[in-house]
Amino acid sequence: MVDRIADIWGTRTPYARGERWPVRVDQTLAPGVAEGDVDRWVQSACVLCSNGCGCDIAVKDGRMVGIRGRQADIVNHGRLGPKGLFGSWQGVDTGDRLTRPLIRVDGELVETDWDTAMNRIVERSRHLLHTKGPLSHGFYTTGQLFLEEYYALGIIGKAGVGTPHMDGNTRLCTATAATAMKESFGSDGQPGSYVDIDECDAMFLFGHNMAETQTVLWMRVLDRLAGPNPPRLVCVDPRETPVARAAEVHLAVRPGTNLALMNGLIRELFVNGWIDDAYIAAHTLDVDRLRATVERWTPEAVAETCGVGADDVRRAAEIFGTSERILSTVLQGFYQSAQATASSCQVNNLHLLRGMLGKEGSGILQMNGQPTAQNNRECGADGDLPGFRNWENPQHVQELADLWDVDPDTIPHWAPPTHVMQIFRYVELGSIEFLWISATNPAVSMPQLERIRRILDTEGLFLVVQDLYLTEAARYADVVLPCAAWGEKTGTFTNVNHTVHLSDKAVEPPGEARSDLDVFLDYSRRMDFRTRSGAPLLDWTGPEDGFRAWQECTRGRPCDYTGISYERLRGGSGIPWPCNDENPDGTVRLYGDGVFPTDPDYCESYGHDLLTGAATGPVLYRATVQPGKAWLKSEDYRPPHEEPSEEYPLRYTTGRTVYQFHTRTKTGRSRALNRAAPGAWVEVSPADAEQLGIVEGDMVAVLSRRGHLEVPVRVGDLREGTVFAPFHYGYWDDGGSEGSASAHHAANELTMTEWDPVSKQPVFKNAAVRIEKVRDGAGPSPAPTTAASRPARAGHRAAGRTTGSGGGPGTVPATVGGPEGEATERFPDTAPPRVASSEERP
Amino acid sequence: MKLPVYLGLLHEAERILARSFRVVADGHGDEPDFHVILGTLAGQCDRHVEALEPVIVRFGSEVEGEEEHRVTADGVEEVRTGALGLLLDLQDLSVLVHHLDVMWTMVGQAAAGSRDRELLDIVVRCAPDADLQSRWLQTRMKQAAPQVLLVAS
Ligand code: SF4
Repeated sequence: MVDRIADIWGTRTPYARGERWPVRVDQTLAPGVAEGDVDRWVQSACVLCSNGCGCDIAVKDGRMVGIRGRQADIVNHGRLGPKGLFGSWQGVDTGDRLTRPLIRVDGELVETDWDTAMNRIVERSRHLLHTKGPLSHGFYTTGQLFLEEYYALGIIGKAGVGTPHMDGNTRLCTATAATAMKESFGSDGQPGSYVDIDECDAMFLFGHNMAETQTVLWMRVLDRLAGPNPPRLVCVDPRETPVARAAEVHLAVRPGTNLALMNGLIRELFVNGWIDDAYIAAHTLDVDRLRATVERWTPEAVAETCGVGADDVRRAAEIFGTSERILSTVLQGFYQSAQATASSCQVNNLHLLRGMLGKEGSGILQMNGQPTAQNNRECGADGDLPGFRNWENPQHVQELADLWDVDPDTIPHWAPPTHVMQIFRYVELGSIEFLWISATNPAVSMPQLERIRRILDTEGLFLVVQDLYLTEAARYADVVLPCAAWGEKTGTFTNVNHTVHLSDKAVEPPGEARSDLDVFLDYSRRMDFRTRSGAPLLDWTGPEDGFRAWQECTRGRPCDYTGISYERLRGGSGIPWPCNDENPDGTVRLYGDGVFPTDPDYCESYGHDLLTGAATGPVLYRATVQPGKAWLKSEDYRPPHEEPSEEYPLRYTTGRTVYQFHTRTKTGRSRALNRAAPGAWVEVSPADAEQLGIVEGDMVAVLSRRGHLEVPVRVGDLREGTVFAPFHYGYWDDGGSEGSASAHHAANELTMTEWDPVSKQPVFKNAAVRIEKVRDGAGPSPAPTTAASRPARAGHRAAGRTTGSGGGPGTVPATVGGPEGEATERFPDTAPPRVASSEERP
Repeated sequence: MKLPVYLGLLHEAERILARSFRVVADGHGDEPDFHVILGTLAGQCDRHVEALEPVIVRFGSEVEGEEEHRVTADGVEEVRTGALGLLLDLQDLSVLVHHLDVMWTMVGQAAAGSRDRELLDIVVRCAPDADLQSRWLQTRMKQAAPQVLLVAS
């Protein structure tokens, strides 16, 4: 048994470059259940981050009682992380699930039956469609449903209702990944693969605390680091994360200055001739503009703006310029910070300049946050057109109209889809009166919460919320629909490196809860949405019908699913798309041939100006594109819009912790996980703590121009002048009054309503704040000691006080799991899974 | 030579546009994206004003006595209210930007004809911004129009 709360990444299985990652099978069973007691194991994949680890769910007497990693799966080779082990079935098999629909009667939510609840929705929906038209409707979904559910929602929104107001919370987590790929390559689609970890000489992690956000992927890196010829590591992060500690070069940039650093790294490639001129000439456009853009970013200029050492910039650039195989990963440190799309495009540019794409060990992983974010992007529930189609291309709109047998004019394509921040603005103005939220919790996850709560409370708004639990957002709803969770329904989903998994139904949902798919199909039926020939718009009887419909939608598109079926997914490993006649085993890496999907008839987007988000449009695009070549998009750095001032002298950034997910609706209900990270905190550097006269555990107020937090302090290792707060903590488990945010520990009380002009992803990672001490602490803060939030390495002393009473660094107890955090690890003597056979080394 | 007149008008028009962007950004402060992007666009105009200064010193800018040739609208002095007001204010900005776009083209022609390197460089640097500003306004207005014209109260 291993305590996998204390030992997050488990036992090392070192391996050398070019070998495949060895198998290790991680498993945990409910207390008192032995392996022999399990009735059956049901195939699935984990939905607690974007990694998509293949797993099997143990079932006994109709209940989920355990989980085990699938050793045959190409994603995880049998492993699971703490969230998968302790937050999967434990996060949904709880006593407080929603089991019956609720409707608002005289201001109160009361239980009712499905007929009543659905009729109420349909009545309002019809009335508004009749009197105000489709623009009165908005849909806000998630990154946590299944592919078939998104596709159903996409069809309902576009071909049934006909509204452009559709988005997902993927806007908050992964919109920039998709946008950066559209801008550079012409379409969404991950170039790199996890397999590249096995093959690379160097890894660059840009704003990506992989050790906490995708623990199993980090295990793969740790195992390479522990083996012969380990890859060289470079980390860009203002905090001293576990990644930073493992890195050869750690660039602890000031929050909000990523683009200055990126421009500096690119400049070094040019100056030192670390570029592949032949590749650039054959496969890219606009290199001169890129060269001119980065011209002024000498290492010294970068050092000045970003607060890092000029020599560190040179060292990092040299590693990029001279390594033979490089894998880069990018996540929220870039996506949720200033100039997000421009910074992420520069990562693409680094690889394009060296021609390091689609080859063994050389690739890019523009990461996702949530488990099924990829499918939201593919299926169009985030507003994009399904199958990576281009809303500005009439031919693409016609293809969908033919597929669905509807009039092309029904499908909104006169302007870009409305992003969520704008949807909420329309609600605020009263022009959207019907808002349907599925499986997400904007009352905690959106920026500037005080404003969001006011909007959810808008007079005249009809709000539908479907979820597992009565979330903070559900408390504002007119109708609440209880939904089936992971393990209680069947469907497929796709992870960061486009590997498709099937998740089979293991048990019945509690009470009257239904799958989200059933709810959408029911709405479509009751609304009587029809095709041009009069047939029902959605005549699916279950998820597999939906999957088949989706396959047709993807035929010939970059995300081609035509060669994948439920049958093929059962039993073996997940399969990476495109999988079709040409690539029957799927495809591990994209763009090995240097041909990019920028052809104007094929591309997903005609692109944007990175500074303002102004659309390029078809005319200009067609006049400038050279089909098949990638765009070297670039933009100069501009200072963030909220800089520290006398009144608010510190830079505020937000992020994740290893033991929690999203707004804790599942992980907060797992005893092992919640004990490890039970409450909110704020991290302050030793120097700032000293200056403020605070010590570990002291209660402080963190104030911005928009709100305040009241949380205990962790004195930790992050750059001076920077303050960090985890964003998971809302108030559903405060025991406070309904809908109240009186506890003030949601990190987004402080964040700004500002978004990247191109991806429309909110800027969560940059705000100016000040800190005031409220009172002495009664003990150390609840921040975990195992990862980035661990107490500062250097002991600290507050002026005139010893740290003893408040709980100094020496007295913070280590985070452990105890019996509830135990899991087994097995090391079977089997060959690791092969990747798609056509790409496996001979 | 009438080039100085034109330079003077251009200089003035850029200042008016910068001010107008800021008036709209402040007046519609509840539109969360306006503040940032309109501020950026106003900054572009500020830079154009600055960039023009050396040639204005060199050529002079004889706007005086040429009042009858003035083609510059007054710019946006105050914003309208409501959703429709927002659309109309953006449209006003759009007209101003278009006006400037044409002026830059004319000045560019004169610069080419006179082979004045300094002026040509300024045109090459500044003129594309007008096109960008116009594309941003188009993008934003196209998004807003259906909502404003069909459902907003
Ligand atoms: S790494 Fe992600 S997908 Fe894998 S077990 Fe952990 S939470 Fe689940």
